[in-house]
Amino acid sequence: MDIVFQRPESMTGEQMHYCPGCTHGIIHRLVGEAIDDLDIREQTIGIASVGCSVFAYDYFNCDMQQASHGRAPAVATGIKRVLPDKMVFAYQGDGDLASIGMAEIVHAAARSENITVIFVNNAIYGMTSGQMAPTTLIGQKTTTTPRGRTVSEAGYPIKMCELLATLDGVTYLERVSSHDAKHILQAKRAIKKAFEIQQGGKGFAMVEVLSTCSVNWGMTPIESMDWLADNMIPYYPLGVFKDVSVEEGV
Amino acid sequence: MARKLMRGNDALAEAAILAGCKAFFGYPITPQNEIPAYMADQLPLRGGVYLQAESEVSAINMVYGAAGAGARVMTSSSSPGISLKQEGISYIAAAELPCVIVNVMRCGPGLGGIHPSQGDYFQAVKGGGHGDYKLIVLAPGSVQEMADLTILAFDLADKWRNPVMILADGILGQMMEPVVFEEDLKINQVEKPWATTGAIGRKPNIINTLDIVPESLEQKNIALLTKYDEIRKQEVRWQEIHTEDADLILVAYGTSARVARSAMEEARKKGLKVGLFRPISLYPFPEGEISRLASSKTEFLTIEMSSGQMVEDVRLAVNGKCPVHFTNRLGGMVPTVEDILEKIEEIYEGSDH
Repeated sequence: MDIVFQRPESMTGEQMHYCPGCTHGIIHRLVGEAIDDLDIREQTIGIASVGCSVFAYDYFNCDMQQASHGRAPAVATGIKRVLPDKMVFAYQGDGDLASIGMAEIVHAAARSENITVIFVNNAIYGMTSGQMAPTTLIGQKTTTTPRGRTVSEAGYPIKMCELLATLDGVTYLERVSSHDAKHILQAKRAIKKAFEIQQGGKGFAMVEVLSTCSVNWGMTPIESMDWLADNMIPYYPLGVFKDVSVEEGV
Repeated sequence: MARKLMRGNDALAEAAILAGCKAFFGYPITPQNEIPAYMADQLPLRGGVYLQAESEVSAINMVYGAAGAGARVMTSSSSPGISLKQEGISYIAAAELPCVIVNVMRCGPGLGGIHPSQGDYFQAVKGGGHGDYKLIVLAPGSVQEMADLTILAFDLADKWRNPVMILADGILGQMMEPVVFEEDLKINQVEKPWATTGAIGRKPNIINTLDIVPESLEQKNIALLTKYDEIRKQEVRWQEIHTEDADLILVAYGTSARVARSAMEEARKKGLKVGLFRPISLYPFPEGEISRLASSKTEFLTIEMSSGQMVEDVRLAVNGKCPVHFTNRLGGMVPTVEDILEKIEEIYEGSDH
């Protein structure tokens, strides 16, 4: 009998701790599939960051380092600079990357570090039980914006792809979503491309994946998928924000 | 072996390269700027990587990544910058990653000033960051030791899988002295089967500091403490001069010890039996050696460029067996030979020696 579907070799099979309705598990799988497709598992070092995805070191079947909050791009830089022939990826959430780690992601991008960043944006701090994130939408309720985020109190959500697209050092930026099968397939293509760019030595690549946090959003899994499509995508439009990989001959 | 006249910071940087340092991550701050400049000039030409980070915070996390990937790696900074690195140092200690961290101390608190100080002793030897951990801390007292202790630091870091700090100060960093580098220095290459270098034909390696199961984390804490106990047995370093017949022993490290030595020699000319005890390893602190020297026939005088930090460890080691006096200068001021002599004479006048 032919095997038509199985766990990627780049995943360990460890039972995940993610909540029902969370798409971290899907995004992990897409990363694992991309690593398998490119046959780079034994060449890859991943970085887990602080937040819900910190236990990623238990789920990816490759060498892993766990970084302090926000510093995954710096840790990735340290690894890549001493092992330039290896593949290095950082997996970061929105609080980690767009708040406390803003300096690290901007400068890694500006230096055109030859690394791959998977940026998971679910518009909230999940691990700490639902505080306002730098990507929390205006009007969105969290434990620290109990009446909904207002501009006067908390300013505007940060659009990371648009922000990083202004930097000359960036090779590839795409925002994708994880709320339905069609978008998940597109996310897979983007993630694989972000690894191929690193493989070709072409510099900094980041894929922002819009995702869900049913528990802290206070919704069912299905409601979460709809909320993402109806509320997040209008503010965080999907698409390629920068791609100079073709010009550079990937 | 040719003698070269070198600045302390340059000698330290050259020694790091000779010791096989393959990556340096820095950020500008006075009075350590010669170290990154030397590394930027030399390291890429000699098979290594130099990178100026966007902050001290990033630099120490780059060190974490590179050390975890198995490279000999170093960062340097000065007091306020070392404060910024503390979270990263705690992670490095928890993950048991070997690396060398240089603190060319300046005076504080706050932005303080750019002049020399020893105000970071507590931060260096008592922890500095969060949680129960220790650095190995080495205190050079000359340009030659800036070089020699840096080479030793890389070996100790690998031997113990522990971060090692070189605790110097602005004078040691900036002054010039003759220095000799051993020709054909043998680098003690240590196998690092735990490093994240790509899981080729083996199970994945994980560099991690998180453990949310108390029973399991407690065992890791105990393993660290056991390692520190072993370090305390094996890695104590110090220098003694004229302690055999001394009835007053000066205790000082780094720049303070240089001035204290001159004061001791002046006191000896006056017929006063003064000795010098210079801790070279500040962690582990030579507590047993100081305890051995403490008796009803001796007194101690600790000299620091701080408000009185190492003196607490001297008092713990002496444990009430004899008086422990203290003198200091602050704010970037350096004690003079006269300052210390005056204190020595004051002690003799007040004692029954």
